Amino acid sequence: MAASERLVEHFKTGLSAPICLTWELTYACNLACVHCLSSSGRRDPRELDTDEAKRVIDELQAMQVFYVNVGGGEPTVRPDFFELLDYAVGHDVGVKFSTNGVRIDRAVAHRIAAMDYVDVQVSIDGVDAASNDHVRGAGSFATARRAMDNLAEAGFAGFKISVVMTRHNVDQLDALKALADDYRAQLRITRLRPSGRGADTWDELHPTQEQQRQIYFWLLDRPDVLTGDSFFHLSALGAPLPGLNLCGAGRVVCLIDPVGDVYACPFVLHDRFKAGNVREAGGFTRVWRESALFTELREPASAGACSSCGMYDACQGGCMAAKFFTGLPLDGPDPECVFGHGERALAGVGAEERPSPGPGHSRGPVFVELTRRHE
Amino acid sequence: MSFDAERPYRLNPKVALRPEPFGALAYHFGNRRLTFLKTARMVEVVRALEHHPSARAALRSLAVPEREWPQYERALAALAESEVIDGRE
Repeated sequence: MAASERLVEHFKTGLSAPICLTWELTYACNLACVHCLSSSGRRDPRELDTDEAKRVIDELQAMQVFYVNVGGGEPTVRPDFFELLDYAVGHDVGVKFSTNGVRIDRAVAHRIAAMDYVDVQVSIDGVDAASNDHVRGAGSFATARRAMDNLAEAGFAGFKISVVMTRHNVDQLDALKALADDYRAQLRITRLRPSGRGADTWDELHPTQEQQRQIYFWLLDRPDVLTGDSFFHLSALGAPLPGLNLCGAGRVVCLIDPVGDVYACPFVLHDRFKAGNVREAGGFTRVWRESALFTELREPASAGACSSCGMYDACQGGCMAAKFFTGLPLDGPDPECVFGHGERALAGVGAEERPSPGPGHSRGPVFVELTRRHE
Repeated sequence: MSFDAERPYRLNPKVALRPEPFGALAYHFGNRRLTFLKTARMVEVVRALEHHPSARAALRSLAVPEREWPQYERALAALAESEVIDGRE
C-alpha cells in the first residue's frame, strides 16, 4: 500500500512521458454532437500534414509512449488515416481510436481486425436511435450500429463502446451493458464535461445528484466497465472507484490537437491550458518536459476551499476542466461535487464569469434543442 | 507454471521498460497491459534476471540483503503472473 501511495505521488509530479496521450487528428467531423469537447466540424487548414504527423509519431516512439488515444473530430475522415495508423503501429506506438463509425464498412473492419496493437472505440450516447440521435444527430445511431456489426462480423472481439453519461441515458446503463455484451465488446462510460460545445449544453444534460449516486454504485458492482478514470469525483461517496483517482492533466495525461497545439488534457482546449505546439523547436518532447504550464501543474496543488472537507483525499477536488468552464475557481469544489458544494458555488457565478470557449470549428451555429426529448 | 525463484527468468521480449523517476513503467505489447516497477532496485533486478541461472542468483549478484528476498520474490511472482517476466529454457 505504501508503495502505491508513493507511486501516486510520483504521478502528481509528472512522468518522463505521458501514460495517456490523446491525439486529435482532425477537427473535421460528419457529425455535430451537442456536447463535442473540441467543437469539431470543419477541418482546420493548419492541420498537421502527413509528414508532420509522422514526425510526432517518431517522437512518441523515442519517448516510449506505447500507445495513443486517437480522436477528433472524426479521425477516419483524414485521407491519410490508415497510412498514419500503419506508421504508428510499425513504430511501437499502439493506437486506440474513437470513431462515430462513418468509415467502418466491412472492408475497413476486416483490415482493422487483422492489425495488432489497434483498438477501436465506437461512440454512442444512447441505447436506441431516439436517445442517441438527440445528442449526436439524425442517423448517427444507425451508423454506429452498422460499424459495430461490421467489427463483430470481422471477428474484432473486445472493441469498445463508448458512452458519455447524460441525464437521459443513466437509466440505460444495464441496457448499454447488455448491448456491449451482445457484441462481445467492452462498455466504456465517461463523464460529460462542460467543454467545447458541451459548455452550452452541460446545464441541460449533466446527470442529477441522484443519478450520480446511481452511476457510482453501478460502477462499484462492475469493475470490468471502463471509465477512463473519469468519475473520480464520485469516489467521495465511499470506496474509491478503480483507477488513479486523481486529475492527471499535464502529469500523466495531455492532448495534442489537430494543429499541433498541446493542451493539459482532452477537456481543456483553451489558451489558459495550452502548453505549446509540436511544431516549435524541441517538439512535443520539450513541451511535455519543460513547458511552464506543465511545470506549474506538477507543483503540489492547494485544496483551497475544499481543505475543510474530510473527503478531499478521495476526490482531490474533482475535474479541473469542469471547474474552469463553469467559472469556478480551480482550487474549489467540482461543479458536480457529490456534497453539493459545487452547486452552491455555481449559484454565485454570473454568466459573464464563465470563460470564453476555446478554438471552435463548428460548421455554423449548432442548434441545440434545449427541450427534453419526448419518450 | 508458478514462479520458482530457483529457476532462470528474463524480461519478456514483448515487454518494454520505460525509465521513470520512481523506477520504470513496463508495457506488454501483446496484452497491452501497463505495469509499474516501483523502485529503481526492482528495475535492476528485472534487467539482471537474464544474466543469471536463477532469480535468486540475480538477487545475490545485486547484493540484495537475504532478509529482503521474500518481498522481491513476491514481486517477481506477480510480474511473472502478468507476463512481464517469463521463464527461460
